[in-house]
Amino acid sequence: MLSPLRASVASLVRSYSSCAKQLAVCIVGSGPAGFYTAHQLLKLYGEDVKIDILDRLPTPFGLVRTGVAPDHEDTKNVTNQFTRIAQDPRVNFFGNVNVGRDITLDEIRKLYNAVVLAYGAESDRKLNIPGENSHGVHAAREFVWWYNGHPDQRDLPVDLSRVESVAVCGIGNVALDCARILLRPVSELASTDIARHALKQLQHSKVRQVQLCARRGPVQAACTAKELKELVSMPSIAVHAQPSQLAVSEADQAQMKATRLKRRIYELISNAAVAEKPGASRDLFFQFYRNPAEIIADADNQVQAIRVEKTQLVADPVRGTVAVGTGEYEEYPVQLVLKSIGYKSLPLPGVPFDDRQGVVPNAAGRVLTGVGAAADSTVPGLYVCGWLKRGPTGIIGTNLTDAEETVASMAQDYAMISQAPTAAAGGAGLQQLLQSRSVAVVDYAAWEQLNAHEVNQGQQQGSVRVKCAAWDELLRAAGMALPHVQAM
Amino acid sequence: MLRTVLPSLLRRCLLGAPLQELVTACSCSSLQAAGSSSAAQRWGQQQRQQQQRSHAAAFHTSTSTAHGHSSDEDEGAETISVTFVSEKDGSETTVKAPIGKHLLEVAHDNDIELEGACEASLACSTCHVIVEDEEFFHRIPEPTEDELDMLDLAFGLSETSRLGCQVIATKELDGLRVKIPSATRNFYVDGHVPKPH
Repeated sequence: MLSPLRASVASLVRSYSSCAKQLAVCIVGSGPAGFYTAHQLLKLYGEDVKIDILDRLPTPFGLVRTGVAPDHEDTKNVTNQFTRIAQDPRVNFFGNVNVGRDITLDEIRKLYNAVVLAYGAESDRKLNIPGENSHGVHAAREFVWWYNGHPDQRDLPVDLSRVESVAVCGIGNVALDCARILLRPVSELASTDIARHALKQLQHSKVRQVQLCARRGPVQAACTAKELKELVSMPSIAVHAQPSQLAVSEADQAQMKATRLKRRIYELISNAAVAEKPGASRDLFFQFYRNPAEIIADADNQVQAIRVEKTQLVADPVRGTVAVGTGEYEEYPVQLVLKSIGYKSLPLPGVPFDDRQGVVPNAAGRVLTGVGAAADSTVPGLYVCGWLKRGPTGIIGTNLTDAEETVASMAQDYAMISQAPTAAAGGAGLQQLLQSRSVAVVDYAAWEQLNAHEVNQGQQQGSVRVKCAAWDELLRAAGMALPHVQAM
Repeated sequence: MLRTVLPSLLRRCLLGAPLQELVTACSCSSLQAAGSSSAAQRWGQQQRQQQQRSHAAAFHTSTSTAHGHSSDEDEGAETISVTFVSEKDGSETTVKAPIGKHLLEVAHDNDIELEGACEASLACSTCHVIVEDEEFFHRIPEPTEDELDMLDLAFGLSETSRLGCQVIATKELDGLRVKIPSATRNFYVDGHVPKPH
């Protein structure tokens, strides 16, 4: 009687052991894509997963910290949820770890059952027009990083005291953010978490006009209603749009009829263009059907004007509505040009990359062996999520469903990835390796120390927080011992 | 393997893990052994969710020790019945919603998986719900333009969509049924996921 009982207990224990195997997952990137992936993994695997989230910055949250505009504080509430995830005992944050410089992807893959690449898009699409390399021409991403205190753009060479007119190329939400930060009364920005060096410049800014240049028309605009409404309804900004540019085709009308968002965008612009703003001190000009053709610089290679070609729309079976040049040109005198025509991901050595689309080739989040590879020709144990997977579009919440898809793929692959040999279990092995290379890892506790410092500084200066905007400042405030840092 | 298993097994027992949980874990693995690992994961996940819900329910029925989820104001407050339907796995959960609370709050109070990234500040669309019955949909006060602007970006937008954080429980909504949309039900053969428009 005892023997069968012992046998069944043994088999119970044996079968439990293979199920209780811990899955070690490494997520490269701590923005919404990374955190929502962690969120889905925790829900799915309960106690049986350990997650390490890496970021090359000492600060987590990706574009929620470095992209969302300072006057959009509510949008950043999602960091509360991300904080709860990071504080979960199954999750560890490894900040200030640069994959490629401090550790290779191959080394990481040997330490974990699965790796999820979620490092977003840190480069930009180019206009590819003459004069693009003149002084005073920047990617919107760089400008946004600058006013959001990203340490890589601390020294962006911009001097707003010498700028009266700005051209912003593009009409997505990032373009609107740039226009709004430049045109908003600076007193309204003082209590936000805007980088102090940007606030100072804006306090001495001579900027009075922004030209928002869009290749196509209002119905094709990529921005969304909330952001557009906010910008055009500010009492201090007079909004201008030429009636000829607000003409809509039949195709446009059909689109507006079908989609409320399109109707809203069109209404907001056309109403704002005729609204009276007696107290306005600055001007926003919508320039539709205007494609940047050349940037004109002075003798010092400083931008002084932007030349645009008027366009008209043509229906294209593949790309939808496309703008084609008409041969007619216009020029706007400007001293600053911000290109807001799309982010672009950077390739990681050893990972297949689709240079044309700017993404890692994948099928439902499984990394493929090459561009155009079949959906079942996958790199085992390697996954992708977020902008790196689907391109730089969508809002924070878009990453929720994106992460669901990637994690569903991982779940389907469970049998395969759980059997993968791991040299040293995940985080312990990673810590060992990084320590042997003297990498100053910023763990979550160190980030919380840095966070408290920034909030404290904010309290003293009457704002939500004062960001540390330089590398050494960040690492020092996080409690990292830096041999080369000078005493203050 | 035994060395790593026994301590964790013991730990679970010592921490009072119900037998149910251990049985789940073992059954999950035997399903895996049978080769249907994705079925095992889904089943295991469902079991875990049901356990969580039964834990939550047990939590809420004990009024004297209740803390964390239900506040003192809820004690004795008038409630209506609201049912959340998960499009992901079809499960339904009926809860008591205090009149005056919005659906996102109610969902979180009852451990229902409804995301609320911006924490009810009309800066996202993650708490999007679909009202099942058109009659009930019309009983909810009309959405503001601000809500509609955010709804425009919601995944799986429908004619009876609302943001959960903007739907306040009222007497007229007793018996309300709302569906929480999920992307994973919409998977095409090639893995394409429709983008929010």
